[in-house]
Amino acid sequence: MNSALTTRHSWFEATARRRLVGLLDAGSFREILPPAEAQPSPHLAQLDLPGAFDDGVVVGCGRLAEKTVFVAAQEGQFMGGAVGEIHGAKIVGLLRRAVQEKPAAVLLLIDSGGVRLHEANAGLIAISEIMRAVLDARAAGVPVIALVGGSCGAFGGMGIVAKLCSAILISEEGRLALSGPEVIETVMGVEEFDSKDRALVWRITGGKHRYLMGDCALLVDDDIAAFRAGAAEFLAGPTESAPSLGQLRARQQVLENRLAAYATYRDGLQVWAALGVAEPESVPLLDRDSLVALKEGLPT
Amino acid sequence: METLDFRFDSAPVSRAANPALCGVVGSGNLEILVKAGDEPTACAVRIKTSARGFGETWRAVLGSFAAAHAAGGTAIAINDMGATPAVVSLRLAQALADYQGGAQ
Repeated sequence: MNSALTTRHSWFEATARRRLVGLLDAGSFREILPPAEAQPSPHLAQLDLPGAFDDGVVVGCGRLAEKTVFVAAQEGQFMGGAVGEIHGAKIVGLLRRAVQEKPAAVLLLIDSGGVRLHEANAGLIAISEIMRAVLDARAAGVPVIALVGGSCGAFGGMGIVAKLCSAILISEEGRLALSGPEVIETVMGVEEFDSKDRALVWRITGGKHRYLMGDCALLVDDDIAAFRAGAAEFLAGPTESAPSLGQLRARQQVLENRLAAYATYRDGLQVWAALGVAEPESVPLLDRDSLVALKEGLPT
Repeated sequence: METLDFRFDSAPVSRAANPALCGVVGSGNLEILVKAGDEPTACAVRIKTSARGFGETWRAVLGSFAAAHAAGGTAIAINDMGATPAVVSLRLAQALADYQGGAQ
């Protein structure tokens, strides 16, 4: 038996609650608004759909490598992790509490297609409140870290939320983008983006591509222990400087340069070649360590 | 959606820890929340299910659960997205074990 396989617990396949148990120090998690005290979504009930007691997100406090952290974990299996009114309010409340109590970090375990369309404007407002709350927490000196590796990735409003965070940890299985592949195909046609082509979807939105592009701070294996180690590494690192206008302008310039350089490309393979990867077609097959080594060897 | 309410006689639970939740409201799955009920020799169950018309199947599955396990003194709430009877039985046993502090 391969011991690595037997001891590995996939982040991708785990539920939100299982991820939290493995991410935090043993026995340290304390849930805020546990299922027995929470209300399922009234909007879903009006549409005659069964809700979930926790409305698809688990929030609370715990410890990671001995440091106090706040956590919110979205459950991708429930309505694609989509953000409804209560779901969003739980995340916003947690972030506002972080401003007051100053934990070492807030960890957002994102697994979401974005706004829960069933809840319409309430879901949209919830997402915008989360965005504001993330920035408020960071302005108060509390780093917010996004962990992306679930089956729903981080799309739509939650893709934006991920990019507002201090840092993103992603696995190869994780995906990060604004409009999801199916949305793009529906609106623009299959020639624009073939959402059935899984390999293409991952070459454009997947963790390896995001890491190579510098959109994510860390690439980790699809393993709960690897996400834990990555988050602990971030907590042990230097504290982030306060967000500033200068930083934002520099970031905007980087994005404009990216658009100018790659806007006509159709596939991650072309972008990787332009980044200086000698054999771009080998990238999807590389393991995590080889890919990190490849990125470190790229011309800057 | 259909809401179903049942009440079964059952031997009292041996011990009760904190309210326990198991499962996820995903396709073919369900979540079960077990908490303290109001009567020590009865198990009250409320189900919200997306699959209509399976009341008698629920009654049979829950009845055999209440007969086979000591589940008296519990109130069980279920949100269901079309789980099969086998999945329901498995989750019920798991949730009851968690409620008694058995599994983590």
